[in-house]
Amino acid sequence: MTSAPIAAPVPRRGAIPRLGGQALTRGLVVAYLSVLVLLPIAALVATSLDDGLGRFWDAVTIPQAVAALRLTVLVSLAVAAINAVAGTVIAWVLVRDEFPGKRVVNSLIDLPFAMPTIVAGLTLLALYGDNGVLGLSGVSFTKLGVALALLFVTLPFVIRAVQPTLIELDRDMEEAAASLGARPLTVFWRIVLPNLAPAIIAGATLAFARAVGEFGSLILISGNIPFETEVASVFIFSLIESGGINSAAAVSVVLLTISVAILFLFHLVSRWSVRHDAA
Amino acid sequence: MTPPSREPEIVPDPAVLSPGRSGPADSPSVGGGRASRIGLRTFALGYLTLLLFVPVLLVFYKAFEDGLPNAWETVTSPEGLNAFWLTIVMVGVAVPINTVFGVACALVLVRQRFRGKALLNSAIDLPFAISPVVVGLSLIFVYGPRDGWVGPWLAEQGVRVIFTPVGMVIATLFVSLPFVVREVVPVLREIGDEQEQAARTLGASARQTFLRITLPAIRWGVTYGVVLAAARALGEFGAVAVVSGKISGVTETMPLLVAKEYETFNVAGAYAAALVLALLALAILLAMNLIERREEGA
Amino acid sequence: MSISVVDVTKRFGDFTALDGVSLEVPDGSLTALLGPSGSGKSTLLRVIAGLERPQGGRVVMNGRDVTDVPVQERGVGFCFQHYAAFKHQTVHGNIAFGLKIRKRPKDEIDARVAELLALVQLEGFADRYPAQLSGGQRQRMALARALAVEPEVLLLDEPFGALDATVRKQLRQWLRRLHDEVHVTTIFVTHDQEEAMDVAEQIVVMNHARIEQAGTPRQLYDEPANEFVMGFVGEVNRIGDQLVRPHDIEILLEPDGRAQEGQIERVAHLGFEVRVDLLLDDGRTLAVQTTSADAEQRELEAGQIVYLRPDRARRFSAQR
Repeated sequence: MTSAPIAAPVPRRGAIPRLGGQALTRGLVVAYLSVLVLLPIAALVATSLDDGLGRFWDAVTIPQAVAALRLTVLVSLAVAAINAVAGTVIAWVLVRDEFPGKRVVNSLIDLPFAMPTIVAGLTLLALYGDNGVLGLSGVSFTKLGVALALLFVTLPFVIRAVQPTLIELDRDMEEAAASLGARPLTVFWRIVLPNLAPAIIAGATLAFARAVGEFGSLILISGNIPFETEVASVFIFSLIESGGINSAAAVSVVLLTISVAILFLFHLVSRWSVRHDAA
Repeated sequence: MTPPSREPEIVPDPAVLSPGRSGPADSPSVGGGRASRIGLRTFALGYLTLLLFVPVLLVFYKAFEDGLPNAWETVTSPEGLNAFWLTIVMVGVAVPINTVFGVACALVLVRQRFRGKALLNSAIDLPFAISPVVVGLSLIFVYGPRDGWVGPWLAEQGVRVIFTPVGMVIATLFVSLPFVVREVVPVLREIGDEQEQAARTLGASARQTFLRITLPAIRWGVTYGVVLAAARALGEFGAVAVVSGKISGVTETMPLLVAKEYETFNVAGAYAAALVLALLALAILLAMNLIERREEGA
Repeated sequence: MSISVVDVTKRFGDFTALDGVSLEVPDGSLTALLGPSGSGKSTLLRVIAGLERPQGGRVVMNGRDVTDVPVQERGVGFCFQHYAAFKHQTVHGNIAFGLKIRKRPKDEIDARVAELLALVQLEGFADRYPAQLSGGQRQRMALARALAVEPEVLLLDEPFGALDATVRKQLRQWLRRLHDEVHVTTIFVTHDQEEAMDVAEQIVVMNHARIEQAGTPRQLYDEPANEFVMGFVGEVNRIGDQLVRPHDIEILLEPDGRAQEGQIERVAHLGFEVRVDLLLDDGRTLAVQTTSADAEQRELEAGQIVYLRPDRARRFSAQR
């Protein structure tokens, strides 16, 4: 048939006897996912429209909601952009540079994934808060504080996406470019960066998604000042606490739409990067 | 030729991707000279120090600042102990369930072909993308005892979900759902199905093939996913906060306790509870690194 | 065990891998399925094994219709192109796998594994993991694993495809001898005609999901059923609408009425054999094989004008 290693065709329906078990597994998986994840989302969307589209629109267009959503998106974009640059540099240093303690530094990168977000928030407060060690009392309860917290929790995404790509990156390409007369900076811009781009974008997209929904690390450091440091998730939380559950649902649906759009984007980027790799 | 049906692979959760093996340090072609290399290194380490290392160290310092006894008291108070055990219960229930689901789901995604697969594949990632607060709110609309979709019916049966640990477990299940799937899928793809076919030609049943061939081959991927899911279950705040009602001593997990202590101005207590969580996080980090090393060795 | 494949059809989506294929494999024979990539040969092997289920046709083993019998119960040993070694198990564990599934006593398993290790010349490797073996060793381990359960049919998918040339040749000889020893009905897939001719008793040439011809190596070479088979099992020259083997062309130094004129472009000495590349009047090229003694004696060299007389040229009509 073929000598390609992937030749073994994926069995199709009916291709192999006794598919009963497979279909059953599939059914259970889909059922679990539907009950646990899809049902609540459907309930959220349905409830947000209970009082009609007009109410929905009112809930999401009150100035406080607009300000919260705007801040969420803008800060998340900034955080994703900073991550794209800093994450790439850090990945580069961890892969191509040598220095004592590199292994330990590399291990600690995952700390924000392991650390409960509330602890992350508290941690940053300890450093940048009013009585913070650095005495930078201007940071907590400001947009900068929000951004710092988001940078902390999203730190590993770009680094961990770029690292393996950089390791796999064929050095021959860079050497070929150099042999053709390209200077180091040219090699980086024209050879390395285009090859890392899919990984950087994928990592930054994930970081953006995480930042848009982040809650735990912000509840303490942001101070939750409406129009100033209140992001969407915190705004929704305060609506829930104050009984405005239907308004909370409406704003949630907007946030959910943003999240799903990002997820869609991420899958597109992944597809693109696979094609990129195959070339 | 079989039509090449390899579907585009989802970039695995970056957390998994193994840490940097080092390339040759001195590349004559790139990286520029010594000066620019040191510049980059300084930037990278400076950034990490300010954002990551110093703050984490400070938690330890702060927890002990007001004296160890105070910290100890908070953690060992009935409230503290209860929060600790409730957190362990969250992890202990949610992680095993999601592990079984995760392995089954990964097998379905990699080894089966069916219509709607791309949709299932995307739906798995929803919990990664949705804000925890939105998750909690959505659960209220399903399980809320007065207005929820199934809540009133459940209440009639005597089952209360919202403001009880049951709801918190469901919230934790939701947010920690994708981890095992996302770790196991790439591993399953990588090992291919030839070993499984070989086992079948040697007479192994589907169950025997799974237990003797597939499961051992994916064990480190599963373990890694379990660790990540445990980390998330342990630290979940937003979703649990919304459905818990934050009833002290009943529905208060460690992360909720940290927030409450801080907001009630028992800052030392907050840091003490945070320290416990931070230590657990370090243990998880250690486990992640050990597994990565095992994987590299395998 | 004799195998009959009757009118088997297998499709993957729009792609037809096997199009009404029928084949007889006698008991105890050593058969090669030969063909280019995508010709359907691996699919045919997998259908015989029970790893693929055909949409049409039947597979019969020893007179019993096994089309609906699952792979576990067919009694076949299958060797995969990339060995499909169980990476988490030692060589011993790999070979013992099928026996453990059958719940044989431990003593018996150990004895059988030792016997097989000797047969595939891997004594002393029992405790190694597949990662610690070379490609050739892994392939022999996979063979031992397949043989452990005493299959009545041994099926090998491109068994030497991933190995380098030297190891490949050694393993070929070894497979031949192994077959002489254990006499199990064996079918292997290859795209290498030399390998098929060297090892097999019967060769089945496949192309475009069909069987072009089945026969002994000699039959295929000397009496190819069509142009494809002739071209696939050896080198050919085309002269007009005729096909002729390079060694079936005689080089004459003097013109003789019917012989075609040509100029020698290159004389390549390949040891005993010499290949002479020629350019004809009409601009086409031709290769002729002769012996080095002959080339030397007649002082063939580049630039020389010679005359060519084809012997045993063939013309195939009604090409598919």
